[in-house]
Amino acid sequence: MATITINGRQVEFTNEKNVLTIIRKAGIDIPTLCYQPELSTFGACRLCTVEDDRGRFFASCSEEPRDGMVIYTNTEKLRKYRKLIVELLLASHDRECTTCEKSGHCPLQNVALRLGVQDVRFQNYKERQPIDDSSYAIIRDPNKCILCGNCVRECNEVQTVGALDFAFRGSEATVSPAFNRPLASTKCVSCGQCRVVCDTGALTIKSHVDKVWAALNDPNTRVVCQIAPAVRVAVGEAFGMPAGQNSLYKLVNALHIMGFNRVYDTTYTADLTIMEESAEFLSRVAHKRHLPLLTSCCPAWVKFVDNEYPEFKRNVSTCRSPQGMFSAVLKEYYRAPEHNTSNKKTFVVSIMPCTAKKMEAERPNSYTYGEKDTDAVITTTELVQMIKQFGLDFASLTEESCDMPFGMGSGGGVIFGVTGGVTEAVLRRLVKDHNPKSLETIAVSGVRGNDGIKEITVPYNGMDVKICVASGLGNARKVMDAVKSGEKEYHLIEVMACPGGCVMGGGQPTRLDHKSVVEERDEGIYRTDRKMVLKKSNENPLMDFFYQNDIFKHKYHDLLHNHE
Amino acid sequence: MINNREDFSKVRQQAVQDLNSYDCRILVCSGTGCIATGSNKIYDVFKGLVEDCPNISLVFSECGGHDEEKIVGVKKTGCQGFCELGPLVRIQKGEKVVQYVKVQREDCEDIFQRSVLGDEVIDRLLYHKNDHHYTAPDEIPFIAKQTRIVLENCGKFDSESLDEYLAAGGFKALEKAMFEMTPDQVIDEVDASGLRGRGGGGFPAGRKWKQVARQKEKVRYVVCNGDEGDPGAFMDGSVMEGDPFKLIEGMMIAAYAVSAQHGYIYVRAEYPMSVARLRGAIGQLEERGLLGENILGSGFSFHMHINRGAGAFVCGEGSALTASIEGNRGMPRVKPPRTVEKGLWEKPTVLNNVETYANVPKIILQGADWFRSIGTAGSPGCKTFSLTGAIENTGLIEVPMGSTLRQIIFDIGGGLKNGAEFKAVQIGGPSGGCLTEKHLDEPLDFDSVKKFDAIVGSGGMVVMDKNTCMVEVARFFMSFTQRESCGKCIPCREGTKRMLEILERIVNGQGELEDLDKLEELANMIQTMALCGLGKSAPLPVISTLKTFRDEYIEHIVDKKCRAKVCTALRKYVIDPDKCKGCSKCAKNCPVNAISGKVKSPYTIDPNTCIKCGACMDNCAFGAIHIEA
Amino acid sequence: MLDESYYRKTDEIIARYVRDARSLIPIMQDIQAEYRYLPGELLTYVAKEIGITEAKAYSVATFYENFSFEAKGKYVIKVCDGTACHVRHSTPVLEAFWKELGLSKKKHTTDDMLFTVETVSCLGACGLAPTIMVNEQVYPSMSPEKAVALIAELRGNG
Repeated sequence: MATITINGRQVEFTNEKNVLTIIRKAGIDIPTLCYQPELSTFGACRLCTVEDDRGRFFASCSEEPRDGMVIYTNTEKLRKYRKLIVELLLASHDRECTTCEKSGHCPLQNVALRLGVQDVRFQNYKERQPIDDSSYAIIRDPNKCILCGNCVRECNEVQTVGALDFAFRGSEATVSPAFNRPLASTKCVSCGQCRVVCDTGALTIKSHVDKVWAALNDPNTRVVCQIAPAVRVAVGEAFGMPAGQNSLYKLVNALHIMGFNRVYDTTYTADLTIMEESAEFLSRVAHKRHLPLLTSCCPAWVKFVDNEYPEFKRNVSTCRSPQGMFSAVLKEYYRAPEHNTSNKKTFVVSIMPCTAKKMEAERPNSYTYGEKDTDAVITTTELVQMIKQFGLDFASLTEESCDMPFGMGSGGGVIFGVTGGVTEAVLRRLVKDHNPKSLETIAVSGVRGNDGIKEITVPYNGMDVKICVASGLGNARKVMDAVKSGEKEYHLIEVMACPGGCVMGGGQPTRLDHKSVVEERDEGIYRTDRKMVLKKSNENPLMDFFYQNDIFKHKYHDLLHNHE
Repeated sequence: MINNREDFSKVRQQAVQDLNSYDCRILVCSGTGCIATGSNKIYDVFKGLVEDCPNISLVFSECGGHDEEKIVGVKKTGCQGFCELGPLVRIQKGEKVVQYVKVQREDCEDIFQRSVLGDEVIDRLLYHKNDHHYTAPDEIPFIAKQTRIVLENCGKFDSESLDEYLAAGGFKALEKAMFEMTPDQVIDEVDASGLRGRGGGGFPAGRKWKQVARQKEKVRYVVCNGDEGDPGAFMDGSVMEGDPFKLIEGMMIAAYAVSAQHGYIYVRAEYPMSVARLRGAIGQLEERGLLGENILGSGFSFHMHINRGAGAFVCGEGSALTASIEGNRGMPRVKPPRTVEKGLWEKPTVLNNVETYANVPKIILQGADWFRSIGTAGSPGCKTFSLTGAIENTGLIEVPMGSTLRQIIFDIGGGLKNGAEFKAVQIGGPSGGCLTEKHLDEPLDFDSVKKFDAIVGSGGMVVMDKNTCMVEVARFFMSFTQRESCGKCIPCREGTKRMLEILERIVNGQGELEDLDKLEELANMIQTMALCGLGKSAPLPVISTLKTFRDEYIEHIVDKKCRAKVCTALRKYVIDPDKCKGCSKCAKNCPVNAISGKVKSPYTIDPNTCIKCGACMDNCAFGAIHIEA
Repeated sequence: MLDESYYRKTDEIIARYVRDARSLIPIMQDIQAEYRYLPGELLTYVAKEIGITEAKAYSVATFYENFSFEAKGKYVIKVCDGTACHVRHSTPVLEAFWKELGLSKKKHTTDDMLFTVETVSCLGACGLAPTIMVNEQVYPSMSPEKAVALIAELRGNG
């Protein structure tokens, strides 16, 4: 076994791609700002530099491990230089930490704290740049950018959207859209992955928190909310709970305490989505029209199709996303006089792992009967802030279940939170028998897991149904290019814009410990599914409540589908 | 189209014959320097004179048979080296060559009548030094004391003519490599020669080639770094415009050795002439079948491309240069993987600079032992330098590695301009350092110079006399590297900015002693932590001047004094009461009313009000005002 | 808005090269050679035509000193501030141009669009320092007086 000696201790390694990974595996969290394992190695922050036994210095992120290497991670020079680097960064950075939304979970702040930078001897002469708040989802504050390039690589390499890039050079270098135009006028799809990897408060979520508090404080407003599947396995992380733990029921309690009149579960409309989308799928297959069917739950993906593959716009499912369906249904429900005896205004808050949902809520097709369906979208990150603002000890809250009649979903609805979940739920729906084995067959068909592109072929009614599941828009692009060129043919393509699906959404809490939590969150979702008695969307008794309800009769299309 | 070796040798014979058929050749230097002083016009005048003269057949670039009495060629040559004395013109008759300097349009007629038609030497146009008149270029000490390998052809023939290059033995090395040597033998020869990259790092070229040849990937590239960005360096430009075929031949040999199919030359934006000459050369080679598929029937195919830089010094760094060719921002990337493994378009790439490639043909022809017989054991061969600054003979030179500064500055360079006192020489450009009196007799090569906190670099050499402020020089270089930083890594982007701020404070008289510690702290950090070679070496000018001229820094800070009187803010304008006639002109010209006095008695300047604009001194009719350090 | 002829010219230029990222810089250089600046609209157009993102094209264009989104003057005067020129006092030459033309560090082009003054790191004619380049012609051994005279001469040419 090959070994590297790190600070005098031998550490074994196998196929780690760089020395940094080995150092971290050995339990030493060497500081980095520009290193993101899933992105290309940039090597700009230099903080991960180590010294070897010959006095050579090199960045460990870009160094290939060699058997017998002897390195030191904490020599006097390294400590001094790292500190100076961070001091230099801070000197050119807008250091209004106390009022920065990123404060407390800011990698730059964290590194400065860890390295003990207590004095900044240089002045910031940079001219203040205007803040770009044109996007519905993301606020860009160039004054806080430290040019680590994480967002640029994320946007270009992973998402292939390319809305952001570097501009100018040297000390004038910036990160910006072309011609420094507002983000809203670019091809940005609002996925928020840039903000996930941002080391500072340069890219942050456009907050709806105040809007929600205002509604909660208004006696004439009924505030109802829906909670997306992926939120429940991430919110606890911010309160010291293990990643992936389902804290939906604590959350329901918290939201009730905070004043939400009704707390519902988006898995309910995930089930509705499955009902509608399966029907749409079967109809398209039967008529051989507009295939492959492209899923429509992810607004960043839908925008991506608009931007990059307009010729496939008609292939996108007409189904509204679970958020869209839910908000429309809720508004309609409370519009009925028998449910609105107090004659209050209904304010629908959607609690999402996602920044793009903010953009979706503003789309012209997110209005029903002239009224906006979703009034506010708060991401998990904003939710955490609200809980903290209120002062709740989240981890020790008791559990409550969601309100009825929209407070229940099937396992099929829950797994919407992971990549492949929609497909799996569709397949569960399509399987006619009640044999639990067939569910197992679906689970192992290749639909699960975090591969960026997954292909599944399932026999159905005498034909082979070809399905492709992609997460990350770069992977989606590969799939679409293959479809476009005729190289590949599918009946159904499920795309989630964020790599790993909604559990890794752009609105989820970020971490300072360089640990990937995708597996824990996935497991949290599947564990939740396993615990549920109802597995198939069509078995959810609330489906009948909807489809048999006089309030919704003849309105299925209006409420559940986009109609442009 | 030349299809085989036999035809090629016929073409060469014809070229030699044509060259020998000239009775006289008028060689007008058309290096960038001489063109700037008007050599193109001189060329036109000569052309007109020859054309209008009966019984003379004029030959420009084309060679061919002539039956008139006299055949005269008017040729544009590459840099003849002695840039300061341009426009330079040589009159060549057989072996006899006369070098004229500072030739003006009105001199042409005279030269034509007396030296071309007649056999006279015109004394007033010769180079004079210490009462000595030099007729032949090779007699001039500036040239006589050089050893020219890369520059051997520069100035001797028409740099735009493939035939003249062939007549001078051009492409014999390629021929030898392709037909008499295996690719491995070529690499071994270059390896044995000890040729080291002339771009700055000094990495052995043979070893680099070997590494590329070893790669599994079969698509390979040969790239030439012609992005000579060091301010004060113009050697590579001179080679590209003065002997483009030699560079291309060197690259072709490299391509043959590593089985590369395409070659790219990245030429600095400010060298339009190099681009034009290289394009012309490539065009001729393609036309004659010396570039393209199955060259001379050897089975070796090679294509050449030219990329123009777009104004970024950092593109001289290998990975930034390949990024730029690919159409990206010229930002260096982390290594590994190295360029030899994943260079241009992620393919194995040989990347050398102009001078390195230009050394190759002769190494192949004359062998590794010959090359090793020149220079030092660790750094064989010669090195070109551009000699500039406060020196008598500025220009392009080539000397064996291991030559001393004294030989270069005093023997070749003719000492300091106007006999001034030597202070330092800045070597290696913005990545280099300053050498002083005590280094004058040290042999210069890649390894020795590093010991003095400088680098040979690409070979810019700026000589400085006592009127040079070393703090200002450090500030100048820092402002250059700061402006040219790509902005990727923090040490270089933020560090050089802060170093520049400090240096600006010091030259403005606002420095504090602790600034020197800060400078050193930043310099050491940048040197250790920066991403690329250019970043790492960015603080060198400061480190080296801080070490050698620390007293000058301290003078600026503590005494608020610039001994070279260069730093404006530290100047003291003083009126000499003995010379002042009290005319009051200075007081009237002073924009801030800092000068007072009574008419007809000496005036005085209030140093606290004075903004050091110099208006008083410029306007004093009696020379009564001077600057005190 | 640029008129149609600009796009036609740009099509012509694009046609000289392969349609991918590697052609971005040469295409921009050719456009700039044609119009003495790089109109932003054309950059957007080129990006689309060669299949790269607009942000990337902008990113590359702003990285290199040679590209300018602002129209330059008929005469682009590049004052060399290389080492050799610097030690032979190129700064007063630059200042003479600025003074004569009413330009400054921030303002590079005269309002009549006749002159643009820029600095350049090295023109490669150090032997004749201080040097300047007007369009593609190098002028040797400059002085503030020569600078003033040159402007007068160029103005005479129109």
